[in-house]
Amino acid sequence: MESVLIAPANFTFLGIPTILFSALIPLVGIALFAYIMAKRIAPLRLAAADTRFDDIPARINNVVKIWLAQWRQPRYMTGGVLHILIFFGFLALVIHTTSLVFVGFKEGFTFPGMDGAFGHFYRIVKDYAATLVLLACIVAAVRRGIVRPERYAVPAKYGHDHTAEAVFVLALISLLMITDSLFEASLVAAQVQQAVPAEFLAPGTLAWLFKSILLDTPRETLQTLHIISYYLHDLAFFFFLCFLPMGKHFHVITSLFNVFFMRTTTGDVKPVKYGITDAQLDDLESFGVKKLEDFTWKHLLDFYTCADCGRCSDQCPARTVGRPLSPRFISIKGRDLLFKNYPLRGEPLPSEPLIGSIYEEDEIWSCTTCGACEEECPIGIEYIDKIVDLRRGMVDEGMVPQSLQKPLKALEKRGNPWGKMEKKRSEWATAKDFAAECEVKLLGEGDTAEVLYFVDSISSYDDRMQSIAQSTARVLTAAGIDFGILGKEEKDSGNEVRRFGEEMLFQDLKNHNTAVIAESGVKKIVTADPHAFNALAHDYSGLPQVEHVSQVVARAVQSGKLALNKINDSAKVYTYHDPCYLGRHNAIYEDPRQALDALEGIQRVEMAKNRDRSLCCGGGGLMLFYEPEEEERMAVLRVKMAAAAGANVIVTACPFCLVNMEDAIKVAGMEGTMEAIDLVELIDQHLVTAK
Amino acid sequence: MEILVCVKRVPDTAENEIEVNRDGTDINRDDLVYSVNEWDNYAVEEAIQIVDRVGGKVTVVTIGDDESEEVLRREMAMGANEGLLVADDAFAGSDGRGIATLLKAVVEKGQYDLVLTGAQADGGAGQVGGMLAAMLDQPYASLVDHIEVVDDKTLKVGREIEGGNREMNEIQLPCVLSIQTGINEPRYVGIRGIRKVASVDIPVLGAAELGIAGDSVGAAGARVKVEDYFVPELGAGAEMLEGSTEEIVEKLVELLKAKGGLK
Repeated sequence: MESVLIAPANFTFLGIPTILFSALIPLVGIALFAYIMAKRIAPLRLAAADTRFDDIPARINNVVKIWLAQWRQPRYMTGGVLHILIFFGFLALVIHTTSLVFVGFKEGFTFPGMDGAFGHFYRIVKDYAATLVLLACIVAAVRRGIVRPERYAVPAKYGHDHTAEAVFVLALISLLMITDSLFEASLVAAQVQQAVPAEFLAPGTLAWLFKSILLDTPRETLQTLHIISYYLHDLAFFFFLCFLPMGKHFHVITSLFNVFFMRTTTGDVKPVKYGITDAQLDDLESFGVKKLEDFTWKHLLDFYTCADCGRCSDQCPARTVGRPLSPRFISIKGRDLLFKNYPLRGEPLPSEPLIGSIYEEDEIWSCTTCGACEEECPIGIEYIDKIVDLRRGMVDEGMVPQSLQKPLKALEKRGNPWGKMEKKRSEWATAKDFAAECEVKLLGEGDTAEVLYFVDSISSYDDRMQSIAQSTARVLTAAGIDFGILGKEEKDSGNEVRRFGEEMLFQDLKNHNTAVIAESGVKKIVTADPHAFNALAHDYSGLPQVEHVSQVVARAVQSGKLALNKINDSAKVYTYHDPCYLGRHNAIYEDPRQALDALEGIQRVEMAKNRDRSLCCGGGGLMLFYEPEEEERMAVLRVKMAAAAGANVIVTACPFCLVNMEDAIKVAGMEGTMEAIDLVELIDQHLVTAK
Repeated sequence: MEILVCVKRVPDTAENEIEVNRDGTDINRDDLVYSVNEWDNYAVEEAIQIVDRVGGKVTVVTIGDDESEEVLRREMAMGANEGLLVADDAFAGSDGRGIATLLKAVVEKGQYDLVLTGAQADGGAGQVGGMLAAMLDQPYASLVDHIEVVDDKTLKVGREIEGGNREMNEIQLPCVLSIQTGINEPRYVGIRGIRKVASVDIPVLGAAELGIAGDSVGAAGARVKVEDYFVPELGAGAEMLEGSTEEIVEKLVELLKAKGGLK
């Protein structure tokens, strides 16, 4: 077939064959890209070790679900749908764009198998894809540049606004779509003019639109458009490739890897150093992350990958209440430093301590480790492990606020953060009135039992929370479970001790508890404290199976072992608050709801944020002692949210949540209109056997 | 600057329930946990910060028994360079003057530009720093909550006076200062830090090493003797509030309102 227009591969401009540009642009582009990538990968090779090649099936599953199927994108509907359009548009265009580079050398080049019917089908698909990508880019640019959703804003203390970069890239993508379509449309228009068989252009696509416009355009102009649009596309494409590793659009390249390497477990925290056993910890020179290269390579890859979408910070309770922490900027500041310390030209800069330069002490202590950020991130960026590693570094350097030093020392001396006497740990169980109606075995004092009720510190010592311990004991008894407690032998589970960076103290607590639990000979552990549940289930090893009391209750109700009275106060509307360490960290969302719904006549509503989007109450364990700078308490927001949902009773399943909710009800002046109660207390009140 | 900080191992008031024993000779010491006297901990932190700024060395000393070594290690984990344990059976039962006598002997064995003590310890007498300065014939400033090094001969020290006002003094080195809490924010000492210094050698100084006659210190040399510890009897006008914490607080607020203390 004779060409109606001269193709880029055969064209000459001022006597120069343009095939020269067809070679030069990709050559320079690829060389530059390879150079930039080598520079970007260099710090990853200096970073700490990380174990990310285990559990391959789970990793492949993550790639298919989170990366390919864009699973988490629709959690933010508008931005999510726009992203999905652009993402799939890009995927559809990959083959076409690559073959277009070769078209610069050989007119009408197609990859093998792409010249037949499938090729025609593909061309239709990619034309629609390009059109949708362009439309999505226009909507996205309007959204970022004019509508400006709040979550994209950059507070002054975190540096400059990122809108310009975002809009620039959207413009660049649009240019790629337009030039690609023009290149094709100009040829088809000429073919139609010459009445030679023309390539079919699907109606409604950008190429089709351009063709319709160009039908009356002189052939010379079409020829010019054909060549210019080709080389503009070629240039824009290789510029785009080299521009990606310069900022937040690096995720176009790194997200696939980041999702593959993302954590496949929840609830646990990374070891101090991968490949070092707990017994070898004493030999380590330094603990935690103090400078950039102390992060693991995956954590540096996280920095590169952050797309600056702001979802983590939008969900972060610390940022919401005005604490000096915004997870998004943990990543952005990390990336800025990586770029600065590892410049594209010249030697790397010497590494400075991170705390005091890009991160502040209060910023790192502000995190409640609730996990909302990680639950939300569409590309698998991790925050808790980074925060814990930074805290380990601060603890190692002695940088611990006075408000946390006292409870830590008390934990070391007495095994609980209040420094109360060990022998008083079981006082809730031996209190005269309670002991008369419900007998609790003290394991380790000759008594044995099937099940250990691990009480943990707050329910053992706090006046108010002892009621949770007593209710748990009554409910376990009513369910016919043979259980006992460790009494003075029990020490704090250490969930927050570990997450606040005091690893060695945690190891001591863990070793002690593990030994006494083993000695008690129990077959199973139950706890009503999700923090204890999490630590025992994930941070300890070699223990019998651990369950939260809500799981026990849900099962006992279902099997008929627990008979419950119906709720007789029709004025009460209940809402369930998901504790972070039960919900997000351990995916126990339904058992507590089933247990509640087993109460006949219950009126239950859901809050705006529930299940994996539950709002942290303010944090448990050592977080109770920390004095953060904040504008409002998290739990105050939460009780208001409960009221907005039409509830007047918040049911939690965690003693720390209960402390925070009850305080918040007072702070918000909602006494009398709102109350908080623990799930097990509510069940206890409705036991058929109860008073 | 060579700095000696005197520290003491005391029952931790935050983590113990302090009760007087039946004979009234001491508090009940079963089931107590001990730590560094809080004021002394601030003094050690201050010494470390001074040395960080101007160079030198921090030595911590304590008078006690084998168990007292743990507080030396904790302060060394914090950053003190050396520890000295003053221990001898003959030292048991020393009064304030006896303690000061022992510390004077320690100071004279070294070349210290500055000696720091906590403002007070568990005994609550707050007397050792002053006595030590007098025995050494050195200048003394008490309840210091601010230190500036002017040069190698002079310090500026501040303290809080009545009504939240502040006083600044110039003092010549060598001198003795007693340190008030709040002068700084002592750094955290983790389990790991303590383990790192677990095997560092700590010299033990007894009567012979210090050249002290056994009967000038200890119970034998004490001129102040504790006669009795007791809980004062409930006097007229005193009222003990009882009940749960919330009930007590409620009653207290009511009382304060009733008596005009709260409006």
